[in-house]
Amino acid sequence: MTAPRLELRHVTKRYGDVVANDDVALAVAPGEIHAILGENGAGKSTLMKIVYGAVAPDAGELLWDGAPADIRSPHDARALGIAMVFQHFSLFDSLTVAENVWLGLSRTVSLREVVEGIRGKAAEYGLDLDPHRPVHVLSVGERQRVEIVRALLANPRLLILDEPTAVLTPQAADKLFETLRKLAATGCSILYISHKLHEIVALCHQCTVLRGGRVVASCDPARESTASLSRLMIGAEPPRLERRPASAGAIALSTRELTLESHDRFGVALEDVSLDVRAGEIVGIAGVSGNGQQELLAALSGEDPRADAGAIQLFGQPIGRVGAAARRKRGLHFVPEERLGRGAVPALSLANNMLLTRKEALRAFGWIDRAALRDQASGVLRRYWVKAAGPSAAARSLSGGNLQKYIVGRELDAVPKVLVVAQPTWGVDVGAASQIRAELVALRDAGCAVLVVSEELEELFALADRLHVIAKGRLSPSIPTAEATVEQIGEWMSGLWAGGPGQAAALAGGSP
Amino acid sequence: MIRLDVRPVPSLRMSVLSPLIALAVTVAAGGVLFLALGKDPVRVLSMFLVEPFHGVRALTELGLKCTPLILCALGLGLCFRSNVWNIGAEGQFLMGAIAGGGLALWVTTASVALSPWAFFPLVVTAGAAGGAAWAAIVALLRDRFNANEILVSLMLVYVADLFLSWLVFGPWKDPRGFNFPQTVQFAAATEIPRFVRGMRLHWGFAFALVAAVLMWLFMFRTHRGIQLQIGGPAPAAARYAGFSSRSAVWTTLLVSGGLAGVAGAFEVAGPMGQLTPHVASGYGFTAIIVAFVGRLHPLGAVLASVVLSAFVIGGQLAQSRVGLPASVSGVFQGILLLALLGCDTLIHHRLRLVRWTWRTAP
Repeated sequence: MTAPRLELRHVTKRYGDVVANDDVALAVAPGEIHAILGENGAGKSTLMKIVYGAVAPDAGELLWDGAPADIRSPHDARALGIAMVFQHFSLFDSLTVAENVWLGLSRTVSLREVVEGIRGKAAEYGLDLDPHRPVHVLSVGERQRVEIVRALLANPRLLILDEPTAVLTPQAADKLFETLRKLAATGCSILYISHKLHEIVALCHQCTVLRGGRVVASCDPARESTASLSRLMIGAEPPRLERRPASAGAIALSTRELTLESHDRFGVALEDVSLDVRAGEIVGIAGVSGNGQQELLAALSGEDPRADAGAIQLFGQPIGRVGAAARRKRGLHFVPEERLGRGAVPALSLANNMLLTRKEALRAFGWIDRAALRDQASGVLRRYWVKAAGPSAAARSLSGGNLQKYIVGRELDAVPKVLVVAQPTWGVDVGAASQIRAELVALRDAGCAVLVVSEELEELFALADRLHVIAKGRLSPSIPTAEATVEQIGEWMSGLWAGGPGQAAALAGGSP
Repeated sequence: MIRLDVRPVPSLRMSVLSPLIALAVTVAAGGVLFLALGKDPVRVLSMFLVEPFHGVRALTELGLKCTPLILCALGLGLCFRSNVWNIGAEGQFLMGAIAGGGLALWVTTASVALSPWAFFPLVVTAGAAGGAAWAAIVALLRDRFNANEILVSLMLVYVADLFLSWLVFGPWKDPRGFNFPQTVQFAAATEIPRFVRGMRLHWGFAFALVAAVLMWLFMFRTHRGIQLQIGGPAPAAARYAGFSSRSAVWTTLLVSGGLAGVAGAFEVAGPMGQLTPHVASGYGFTAIIVAFVGRLHPLGAVLASVVLSAFVIGGQLAQSRVGLPASVSGVFQGILLLALLGCDTLIHHRLRLVRWTWRTAP
């Protein structure tokens, strides 16, 4: 029997009083796709950082091909053939895709070779990527592609992926799985961090379940069901989303033939987007990232107030040129896709981050009632199960999922009349995701108009009453979720609805 | 080999210790520097670190130097925190001096009957208006034409300086001043009231301290203050929240210009008592260092201004007593700033000694 590619024994890591990893053991065979399953804060990311040399363990040993290895830095890890795609991307916004990739490579490679390498890997694995685009114009999904291609260029022997499908369409995720299976067949081992149970069942050969920093189970996912995996992960059945049919009322938020040139030449222009969201219903917008979602969201939230005044209406009033704060005052709240830097200021405390969208703790002349502000923040922390040191903890000290819970909680707590949400459960664990969804449905039942823009179809099907699809800056007609199928929505994502951009290309003789 | 590791949490201990370590490094480097220049390092160091604090007169002189530094650095800290790079506090200081000096000149020549305490609020207003108007040019050009505020504010320093020269060489020249480029001595009524007769320290110092406390309250206890500080590090969050970046540019520049202007007015209506071409003494530039040494915090600016003032006074002492070149004082300030920025790294990072090992390639 060959030695495992990677073996961990008795790995322990403490941060102060918190034990992130407690006596963790793990073995990954060559060519094996090995899932690391666990809720947020279960210690998955810390464990992977230890393997990658970004974090030094307090105790334990690491064996590579059966021999003890001393990985003290990511440089050492890369030298062994370990590549990692992080959940938080490490890309420089001002550089292009190719330049970013180039940065991590040895100096002997020319930029042109990198461009060709990217094109080659992208084509080989079916990842759509233009090497010359600057990173700051890319959506989250596209940025992740950059990271994946960057990792593949190193021809790794062990690839670590931290929740890679979070923002992919089902088709794109399937494509990624093909890629990963192909990669595994060449003998590359893969560590696949996720809390999406069906993916693990479909993809992985072996699964290690972490809870509270400890290994609670090691199993063959093919012999498990999503329900049994979920029980292992959270120690209980996930709460089910209960919902009644919507009772839609008057139109709350609408766009009328919204057409908007993009800010920059790599963005997507919006074309004739017409949309109604009624009080008491949840409307979902599906689509592959980078098809105009960012632009539409910025136009709706007021961050981009360039639209024609009448093209966007809130309760019948034209608001196309009204700023974000004024729209919020009229009851329109928004949860953006980026948590750090947009939804929250990294260096500010959670309490002060309340002030981005909330004004309840303000007194005359903008004086901040600190006690009230802390109470307000603590309330959100408590109600939305945010794991944080307290209201004075800096936003950047929270894990991605916990910060997402905080931001969603902050906006839900405001009891908005209209809520626009991008990726409501991105990177959030199963328990918290169903809680957020339940809150969104409760908000709907209370008469709020909710617009969910998500790249996770499963989520949209669970949440939305009606679905639109956005492709190349154009919006499909809506379809009641009950009548929609995953296949149809998947086709629409390529613009293939009657009169859609894909249809037009097909009619014009181009490839769909 | 020494390695820098990122700390999981910024070290509280180090944020307290870092300025002290920086001071120790500065003293050590300065000692070596003075020794190399052939001076007694202990004696020279004591001129920088001990004598400026020794005795009541020395302390009042220190306070006098601190006053313009505090006022300028308060505004700059606010600007820098909101990513508005105003480096022209010197020019705003000069325009405040011209406005305040012009008012004092008018009171003097028109023989207006005023008490110094009645004049105090007037000269503050005039100085603030002069400095704010000068900064408003920067704000306008940045807002309207997206002109780079670093360049504009810096270049306006020289415009202000030349404008002052024109005034004192031309229309405002003292007709009985033997053709010296200076205005008449201002009337006693225009003098900023002093704490104690015979000492130059005036009530502008108290004004600066109150301004520091008010600035602190504004920055950390009001919504507007928090808003201004978000635009810098997280512009996307500011857009998301709907905080206007245009109004941030205007607010920070007007406030910092106004404060620098008040500092200038205090300087001419206080210790100088007249306008000369030499009003520009570098306070506006030194205040940039003060703002950063004080970590862009209003109360930090007060402490940092004390250190920098001591260095300025120490430099003058070293020049007159042991003949050390004036530029050495500048070098000494530079060493401090460098050491401080270096030591600040230790707040977020940890030094680790790593044994050098040869590893075989895989």
